[in-house]
Amino acid sequence: MMEQNESKAPMPSHGLPQNGKRRTLNLRNEEVSMEVRGLNLYYGSDQALKDISMVIPKKRVTAFIGPSGCGKSTLLRCFNRMNDLIDICRIEGEIKIDQQDIYHPSVDVPELRRKVGMVFQKPNPFPKSIYENIAYGLRLQGVKNRRKLDEVVENSLRRAALWDEVKDRLNDNAFGLSGGQQQRLVIARAIAIEPEVILLDEPCSALDPISTAKVEELIIDLKESYTIVIVTHNMQQAARVSDFTAYMYLGELIEYDDTAKLFTNPAKKATEDYITGRYG
Amino acid sequence: MKKWFKSGDPWIWMIGGAVSISLIMVIGLLLLIAVRGLGHFWQPPIVETTFTQNGEVQEILGVVRTVETVTAQAVREAGFAVPEEQELVTRYLFHLGNRDLTGRDFQWFIGDFLDDFRHPEDAIVLERQEWGNFYGYLIAIKQEGEVVAEGEAAFEELRKRLARSTELVNATVRMERFEIGSINRGIELERLAQRRLELDTSVSDEERAQQIARSEAEVARLNEEYQELLAELHELRASSRRDSLLARTSDGREVTINLGDVVRATRANTMTVPQKMREYGARFWDFMSGYPREANTEGGIFPAIFGTVMMVFIMSIVVTPFGVLAAIYLREYAKQGPVTRVVRISVNNLAGVPSIVFGVFGLGFFVYFLGGNIDQLFFPEALPAPTFGSPGLIWASLTLALLTLPVVIVSTEEGLTRIPKAMREGSLALGATKAETLWKIIVPVSTPAMMTGLILAVARAAGEVAPLMLVGVVKLAPNLPVDGQFPFVHLERRIMHLGFHIYDVGFQSPNAEAARPLVYATALVLVLLILVLNLTAIAVRNRLRERYKSAGD
Repeated sequence: MMEQNESKAPMPSHGLPQNGKRRTLNLRNEEVSMEVRGLNLYYGSDQALKDISMVIPKKRVTAFIGPSGCGKSTLLRCFNRMNDLIDICRIEGEIKIDQQDIYHPSVDVPELRRKVGMVFQKPNPFPKSIYENIAYGLRLQGVKNRRKLDEVVENSLRRAALWDEVKDRLNDNAFGLSGGQQQRLVIARAIAIEPEVILLDEPCSALDPISTAKVEELIIDLKESYTIVIVTHNMQQAARVSDFTAYMYLGELIEYDDTAKLFTNPAKKATEDYITGRYG
Repeated sequence: MKKWFKSGDPWIWMIGGAVSISLIMVIGLLLLIAVRGLGHFWQPPIVETTFTQNGEVQEILGVVRTVETVTAQAVREAGFAVPEEQELVTRYLFHLGNRDLTGRDFQWFIGDFLDDFRHPEDAIVLERQEWGNFYGYLIAIKQEGEVVAEGEAAFEELRKRLARSTELVNATVRMERFEIGSINRGIELERLAQRRLELDTSVSDEERAQQIARSEAEVARLNEEYQELLAELHELRASSRRDSLLARTSDGREVTINLGDVVRATRANTMTVPQKMREYGARFWDFMSGYPREANTEGGIFPAIFGTVMMVFIMSIVVTPFGVLAAIYLREYAKQGPVTRVVRISVNNLAGVPSIVFGVFGLGFFVYFLGGNIDQLFFPEALPAPTFGSPGLIWASLTLALLTLPVVIVSTEEGLTRIPKAMREGSLALGATKAETLWKIIVPVSTPAMMTGLILAVARAAGEVAPLMLVGVVKLAPNLPVDGQFPFVHLERRIMHLGFHIYDVGFQSPNAEAARPLVYATALVLVLLILVLNLTAIAVRNRLRERYKSAGD
């Protein structure tokens, strides 16, 4: 299912890190997790997304890059219908998860959000204990069994590589953690309810380099089990963690391809300009 | 100089000055009422002196209340022969007591015509149930008219016998209040039951007659019990009046005072400082825990403290859920637009409506409309005597709840807006519905803001007087709204209130001089009460804040 693509000579990398051993992937050969077709999104009369069509491959990391205001976060928030919270937001087109249109009126939105977890730009733990933060999603689903909760909390924290740091203070307020720990806590909270997809909206923009490295490591670990979509401003980060990258500009999807290919040999001039820093 | 102005220092001085002035004013106010109020319970020495003017001689025995310096001119005009060369005279306000004998409690005397002040050791001051204080010299103690102690031994005997008679008087009061009170209530309930039967058309005549007969029998039994208690009461009362004392007043009259009428007796001039402090404590306790006497100018303020606290509690219980729910609806569910804006403006304006307007509304809507209808529906047997259709605790509390509602709504809304959007999104992204997010995250996190609203509401409600006069606060309500009789909490009863008590004692009292210290003392208690209520609420809020501490705080 993976196709090797070594025929073309690599383009100069412009200082971007290269993962030489990595094989180039082809979107067409990937299992589909989510499919976007003809998506238009309007804020009042302003169009924020223009006719986006793409597939998000399963158990891969897909990165959205692009300049500020290009609509990448907006697109991300379409996948779990977070845009519903904005009154003036209007959507056309469809997004399918497992062949089901998530904008169909019959869709149970909380149910959808349970399937499509999200981590935000700034860590947003609840003002509760670390334990209760993780257990929150499960309690919502009516899980009361203490042993089951303990187990899930421990597992989630372990998978978020946070367990060793917090195991002795599970009952402390989550705001006592550092920013990087908080962000990993929020990721642990998202995976505690076993979603299929995890959306990450610039998860490292408020973190220091060491915390960023930890979160990136975590993202690569998590793709074993989850489909991950990440919005980032940091192109190195996109190159480091993602399998596929989409470049967006002014609400349009300009180019979407294997990460290595997009960064080394972009098909479009606009993409090349952006990743080489000539944009703007 | 110009540079100094530019540096901004003058502003800092101005701001600092404004803050200090405010602080000094607040502290000064508190000090004033504290000193004036607390000083009232300290027993000053009893002064004996003679007033001589134009051959007129008056023996004085009493306590100096105030010393004033006035211009001699004014005194001369009043007809006193003050020497021409003198410009200022000192005058003394004496508390002479013995109102029953002389008709006046307080009297001014010009210092120039007074003899030296003496502090006789055998002078006593008696605090009495009626007629205020008595100042005089103890001669003898009598039991049923027979002298049992005289001279030096008399005061010791007085103390002993006073303890006994006080005990007995308290027993009679208890009996009147509780046992006889409950019988009276029983009889009243039977009367209401009979009346209910008469009004009830679904009962056959025969049955009605039967039930009324049963009820009559019950009334007869209660009456019998009442007669027994009454006999017992008379006996107690007679026993409490067994002893009396013989005393001489400053003008030489000999007076017999029954010990049953005496609350406390002191020989002020022989008391040591620790003794005075003990006496002070006892008087202060009496003030805090006792019932008012003599048109509120004497005795304690316990019913007023109790009424105030009760009213504030009920107000809090009512206003918090209403205010919080209204704020949640306005902020979370209502579509933000012109309508919500109008609602919000109205709520804010409601806070500016003069409180007496709320009183009038409370009287018209709560008391007459709601209360009247409740009476029609549930208490028709008591009509035309109103049950809920007259001012009472519940209506006072509801009126205050209405008055403080805007404060709670505004601060709760403020708290809700302050919650970061990210927190809501975090919850929604985990599959929570809007309601779940609201109740599990938003409401708990904004509880400190709700507490802030409640604190402001309590502070405002506890100090409010004007509307309460219309909806349930009265001068004297010896029956507390909580007692041992079913249903234990009597929300329809009228209550006393510290704020109104201050007004009443200060302005409506027949004996203004005697009442003045009580005004300060009551004001102090009111301020302290509000302080205690607020500190409690602030402590709760700080705990909640600690618990829901978030990055923003």
